[in-house]
Amino acid sequence: MGRVVVEVMPKPEILDPQGKAVVGALPRLGFTQFSGVRQGKRFELEVDGEVTPEVLEAARQAAGTLLSNPVIEDVVRVADASEESAGVSA
Amino acid sequence: MSAGTVERTLASARIGVITFPGTLDDRDAARAVRLAGGEPVSLFHADGDLQNVDAVVLPGGFSYGDYLRAGAISRFAPAMDAVVDAARGGMPVLGICNGFQVLTESHLLPGSMVKNDHLHFVCREQVLAVENAETAWTNRYTAGQQITIPLKNQDGQFVADERTLDELEGEGRVAFRYVGTNPNGSRRDIAGITNAAGNVVGLMPHPEHAVEAGFGPDSAEGHRAGTDGLGFFTSVLASLVHA
Repeated sequence: MGRVVVEVMPKPEILDPQGKAVVGALPRLGFTQFSGVRQGKRFELEVDGEVTPEVLEAARQAAGTLLSNPVIEDVVRVADASEESAGVSA
Repeated sequence: MSAGTVERTLASARIGVITFPGTLDDRDAARAVRLAGGEPVSLFHADGDLQNVDAVVLPGGFSYGDYLRAGAISRFAPAMDAVVDAARGGMPVLGICNGFQVLTESHLLPGSMVKNDHLHFVCREQVLAVENAETAWTNRYTAGQQITIPLKNQDGQFVADERTLDELEGEGRVAFRYVGTNPNGSRRDIAGITNAAGNVVGLMPHPEHAVEAGFGPDSAEGHRAGTDGLGFFTSVLASLVHA
């Protein structure tokens, strides 16, 4: 079974309220090293066969239409992740 | 035109209200249409036939649980394809709260909504200034008029790039602005906007919850007496009569 990973991040110029809340909580746990957090989304699209160039292209189109809103978000990665375990980044 | 003719014409105006999975305020919106003198028509998201309605309201709620992004999945419903076509042809469309989010996701209106800057759900009676009183949904107000209607949302912060904001301001397309407190961090206190033609309007606050004395916000007339939202629905009926 093949898998395509799509990662979406809020645009740099858009204030990310969720990331701001997380960065505010980190020092309370003693994590004082981190001065900023931005929170994005990771999608894992599964296909029955192999990840062909056509499958990747379809994933790119899905990423640009449904999976992200170009007004507030950037698609930062669309990649064949068939070799990765589900939920684990390379 | 005699008064009787006007009444008959208004009553024959059919305003569609679309229900998506997770819509909450469709019945309130239909009730507002009825109280204004129009005929509400229930429409379903999965049906691409708008049943020849004269205008459409996209009501508030949490369609598809706000999964992915608020309004993002509803935007691809068959009914929305028909709404996008009809709106481009000039049909009046009003998006309230989640309906506004569906309109931005559909690109009928620019910008987008992100989480409130304070991250909390907000529910309050909100004062707005009507900035543009010439749209299909605001022509019964006067420019600069202040109205009070409920506001309730989690993802209500209107954002757009500076160029888009300047364009909206320059073309008079800011329809409503928050007065007093900015409740969610919206850019330039924007509560609602219109398209260039004035037939498509979206806003985060809820006019349909302020249409009948006894069930609205508190007002100078008394407890829960506010009916400032009714003007949205009488406006669209007026615009249809004069169309």
